[in-house]
Amino acid sequence: MTIISVQNLTFEYVRTAEDGTTKSYRAIDDISFDIEAGSFVAIVGRNGSGKSTLAKTLNGLLVPTSGRILVKDMDTADDNLIWDIRSKVGMVFQNPDNQIVSSIVEDDVAFGPENLGVPPEEIRKRVDDALKAVGMYKHRLKGAHMLSGGQKQRIAIAGAIAMRPECIIFDEPTAMLDPKGREKVMEIIRNLNEEGITTILITHFMEEAAQADRIIVMKNGQIYSDSTPEELYSNREKIRGAGLEMPPAVDLRERIAERGIEMPETIMTEDDLVDYIVEQRR
Amino acid sequence: MSIEVRNLTFTYAPGMPDETLAIDDISFSIADGQICGIIGHTGSGKSTLLQHLNGLLKPGSGEIYIDDACITDGKTKLVDIRKKVGLVFQYPEYQLFEETVAKDVAFGPKNLGLDAEEIDKRVRDAIAVVGLDYEEVSEKSPFELSGGQKRRVAIAGVIAMNPKILILDEPTAGLDPTAHAEVISMVKDIHEKLGIIMIFVSHNMRDIANLSDKVLVINEGKIALEGTPREVFAERAFLQSMGLDVPPIVNIVKKLEEKTEDFTTEALTADEAADEICAYINKQNR
Amino acid sequence: MIRDITLGQYYPGKSVIHKLDARTKIIGTIAFIVELFIVNNFWGFLIAAGAMFAVIGVSRVPLKFIFRGLTAVFVIILFTFVINLFMVDGRVLWHWWILTITYEGLRRALFMAVRLVLLIIGSSILTLCTKPIELTDGLEKLLKPLQKVGVPSHEIALMMTIALRFIPTLMEETDKIIKAQQARGADFESGSIIQRAKNLIPILIPLFISSFRIAQELALAMEARCYNGGSGRTRMNEIHFKKKDMVAAVVLAVFLGVVIASRWI
Repeated sequence: MTIISVQNLTFEYVRTAEDGTTKSYRAIDDISFDIEAGSFVAIVGRNGSGKSTLAKTLNGLLVPTSGRILVKDMDTADDNLIWDIRSKVGMVFQNPDNQIVSSIVEDDVAFGPENLGVPPEEIRKRVDDALKAVGMYKHRLKGAHMLSGGQKQRIAIAGAIAMRPECIIFDEPTAMLDPKGREKVMEIIRNLNEEGITTILITHFMEEAAQADRIIVMKNGQIYSDSTPEELYSNREKIRGAGLEMPPAVDLRERIAERGIEMPETIMTEDDLVDYIVEQRR
Repeated sequence: MSIEVRNLTFTYAPGMPDETLAIDDISFSIADGQICGIIGHTGSGKSTLLQHLNGLLKPGSGEIYIDDACITDGKTKLVDIRKKVGLVFQYPEYQLFEETVAKDVAFGPKNLGLDAEEIDKRVRDAIAVVGLDYEEVSEKSPFELSGGQKRRVAIAGVIAMNPKILILDEPTAGLDPTAHAEVISMVKDIHEKLGIIMIFVSHNMRDIANLSDKVLVINEGKIALEGTPREVFAERAFLQSMGLDVPPIVNIVKKLEEKTEDFTTEALTADEAADEICAYINKQNR
Repeated sequence: MIRDITLGQYYPGKSVIHKLDARTKIIGTIAFIVELFIVNNFWGFLIAAGAMFAVIGVSRVPLKFIFRGLTAVFVIILFTFVINLFMVDGRVLWHWWILTITYEGLRRALFMAVRLVLLIIGSSILTLCTKPIELTDGLEKLLKPLQKVGVPSHEIALMMTIALRFIPTLMEETDKIIKAQQARGADFESGSIIQRAKNLIPILIPLFISSFRIAQELALAMEARCYNGGSGRTRMNEIHFKKKDMVAAVVLAVFLGVVIASRWI
């Protein structure tokens, strides 16, 4: 079942110069694709490839210049449906600091459900559940400014979960975190997807994208590649062309292959690679 | 030129209920022309340490010597420390403020009280060193540039002060892979062109392995490990116990080492690892 | 420096004071402040201070924590004291060169300093014992009747929530920018007043830009979380007047009476 359908989406930013003339810049150029309910889709690409703009159009924060986006058959350009759409499609942003509204952790998590008009007892339950899901329940009464970047990002995720969305868009959620925080956030994202939440992850880190079922590569506002991680990683040229990096295991596999040893292209992860080499010995 | 830190200790909020020992008796030295990589997780004390090297914080106890001259005895003027030691903070593009790139890069040299001609020369040189075209960018507003370019301008602003020691706090934070690779090659370029001591902090272990002559591992305000990248990353279990990692390639070859009886490794880079693995497989097949 | 500011901070606790309705505490604090200005002798202050420390005792907020808030405003208190000390005519106690201390001056200086200290501690109890969200919710409800005459009570309360939330963030941001410019040789400590004001430009411009960026990102994040103005919102913890609040109101009324009576001691 399709949860989000992107149909001939084009988005242009319009800038007004000091002399009053306007200039438009096409960030997304006529793209179409569908997202399956329950899937885990990574969107990668260089800065300026249009991936963040795309993310913001998916829940109606930006309205298409032309084309349309349907979320569960609701058009994001329809003002009457926008709050329904946003309650179905949550979003977590890059900067952990700038998306927390209230000083106290649990009050911030309650912000979304409060906006939806959920009854108080139900909010309490949702907030507790969301904080437990991200492992921050014991910090619920703390001040947000006392937390580390990774912890703040977990609060932001709890804030999205508490709205009980069917889909969450993560817009470079780990870009500003240290490796420990990054790992924890990725673990939470994987868990949420396993529980059935459709997950859209915008990222720079190829090892994070590799965890998805499907990777969409953006380049100059267009879809450059749309495939499974395995298909993408078997095509070195495509990865180079999009300005991306090979995951270390695939890179090493190729370097070994270049030295004249036969390496199957199905090797994607570190464990695959190690196991294969060990087998060669027997 | 060399830098030496002796028994440095620093406490935040001394005497207060929330006093914290940020640096606990740290000593190390870096020789002329070396690149020193610093690793440690958030809150380990590495940022506090960097701020001492530039005179932004005064040590609770201990000394810092630059070329045998003590900069922490209270007699050295701050301006003189900053002439010698340049510090580029995390996300340095957030400190840009001037109307044009050239004016922003000139801010540091101007504060040093140099004459106009010297300032102009330094601005041109610094912009070239960070790999930007002076003619193209000098009259632009820094806010019109791309993220990676802004960061280069901010780094140029520190290089224009002609430091003998350049410190970079997470110079690649938040960049996409291409911009990341560009900044890393810029760091190499700066080192080749200027031959100065460079100290850089990073969470990217591959960059640490590729760039550093020497690595310091900071944990809970102390130096937990010190040595060449090969020596430091050989201590995989110890690093992991501190919540730190090794370069991804090292992780793979170490896993392989654990699973076999006759494969031993010293590889740090992908090419070294590929060579070792090929030799291993070929030996088996013979 | 930044961690010394307790004004506006919340100290988690489960005391009766913490559990009172925010409106009771806001009105109580306003009444306390008004009383400090009604009082005309030290007996009145003694009663006020007694009541205040009783409240602190019940609230179980450590005294150390409360007094630390004073260190941040110590300069203001000292300034008020000195100004009053030398500026009031009357019976001369001590005289040197152009400086004169009079009995009336000393009394007035002490009086003002005590008033200021009580004022600051009194109002910090409100924020220490009330979660920011309850504080702003309470304020919103108190202002609600004024909505009819065009006071945007919800928006004012939300602005306060965000302000309280972002004070520490902006302080950190300022600290970072100052350090970064110092590393580039900027000097904020010498020169004439005009020069010093000019020297602030390298701090203020990046700070403005940061603030706008924060505002933009926060607005987007709030929209993504379905924020759509005050109508139709619910609250996780709805605030209600309880028996405790009635008791508190009676205690407050008695206290008010005693303080007013103290004017005739």
